[in-house]
Amino acid sequence: MRIILFAKRNIKEILRDPINLFFGLGFPLILLALLSVINAAIPPEANNPMFAIENLAPGLAMFGTVFMALFAGMLIAKDRTSSFLMRLFTSPMTALDFLLGYTLPMLIMALGQAAITLLASGIAGLEITVNILLAVVVTMLTSLLFVGAGLLCGSLMGDKAVGGMCGALLTNVAGWLSGVFIPLDLIGGAFKTTTDVLPFYHSVQAIRATLDGNSGDIISHLAVVMGYTVVIFVLAVIAFQSKISGDKA
Amino acid sequence: MSAITITNLTKKYREVTAVNNLSLTIEQGELFSLLGVNGAGKTTTIKMLSCLIKPTDGDAVLLGNSVKEHPQAIKEKINISPQETAVAANLSVAENLELTAGIYGQDSKSAKKSADEIASQFGLDGVRKKKAKQLSGGMQRRLSIAMALISTPQILFLDEPTLGLDVLARRELWASIKALKGKVTIILTTHYLEEVEVLSDRVGIMVNGKLTAIGTVAELTEQTGTSNLEDAFVLLAGGVA
Repeated sequence: MRIILFAKRNIKEILRDPINLFFGLGFPLILLALLSVINAAIPPEANNPMFAIENLAPGLAMFGTVFMALFAGMLIAKDRTSSFLMRLFTSPMTALDFLLGYTLPMLIMALGQAAITLLASGIAGLEITVNILLAVVVTMLTSLLFVGAGLLCGSLMGDKAVGGMCGALLTNVAGWLSGVFIPLDLIGGAFKTTTDVLPFYHSVQAIRATLDGNSGDIISHLAVVMGYTVVIFVLAVIAFQSKISGDKA
Repeated sequence: MSAITITNLTKKYREVTAVNNLSLTIEQGELFSLLGVNGAGKTTTIKMLSCLIKPTDGDAVLLGNSVKEHPQAIKEKINISPQETAVAANLSVAENLELTAGIYGQDSKSAKKSADEIASQFGLDGVRKKKAKQLSGGMQRRLSIAMALISTPQILFLDEPTLGLDVLARRELWASIKALKGKVTIILTTHYLEEVEVLSDRVGIMVNGKLTAIGTVAELTEQTGTSNLEDAFVLLAGGVA
């Protein structure tokens, strides 16, 4: 009951901000349109499928969910600095109420965002199959990584620092190291090795494998992402718990 | 009958002792003001009593429950209006009130009824559908206190409730707080001594984490041989008279 109440509040708080709506739903569509135009302008003899819709759709589905870190982080940081969280900490709400109350709205938004992005990709030429529905679910799962990052940053930083960390740094790191905007295989070397170690590339590949119906690849890529997600969530829970217990509030 | 019994309550942050061996009893329905200069330990005391932070030593029993052993039971019976307005900015006044009522266990129907009643009581009727961030500072304060009262707490913590308000808004809030006297046990911290004189049953003065004086306004002025609370406070807080 408290979880649902708090989750409803959080989703209202985020969606009533027009900037959030733009970044949450509009921005991936703008990128899709822009990169599709660029793709159309690349001559066929260049043989560069970088921005072909099969490659673009999973990348943008993943990239859109990076903003969940910003939304979650900013919300928690603002709740802390406005003392709204202090009010709630004196209420009967438990740690689980807070954790799920902040996480569920992000998952719902990630689900909606992924559905819009992948369906728009369908209009742009992506083959529409039942795999798109599965890809929406997988995107929601990979978005947990960013939700956890937002929970962690929001628990530790003020809203301006969260804006810098989740809004500027994380979006850039996730964008460049996932292969959405640059061909990782062409670059190769240490750069490619780094992207293989980090979870962003695997998030895109898990979504892509789902769209392709390649279940073996889904699990192997998703396992890497979920490993990082578990670690980040554990750290976020520890950081948030230390705020609830108050000694570092 | 006592609402709060504090025994040797202490909070240390490494070498700094924020609250030092505080012992105090506050009766049910009493409005007790905690005074002190910045850093005296008032907010730390309130945080320990409202189960936000754990005491390093000592204990406090609120309505029969220890802050150390049964914080969850205490949280069902208390509420707080923090120094900042602490409202959900993008939620309407009614949504803020209903959310708080729901968190304290009221079902949707009861929460709506309670929100209507408390909005009317605090003069928030006309702005029920307005977002909290669109309210004036005074109205946000009223909403903050209304949110603290919608759960019908037995103990209410008011941490500088009139900070930054104009004279008229402050007087209106005083009237609202006065109306609660005798029904709710209130712990008030403030820097406005006129507010203390108007509202308090008793006053405690904290200096460097210690409770150095306690009594009614009349008792404190008599004890210090001064004619008003401000002069008494300055003397008791170690300032220059």
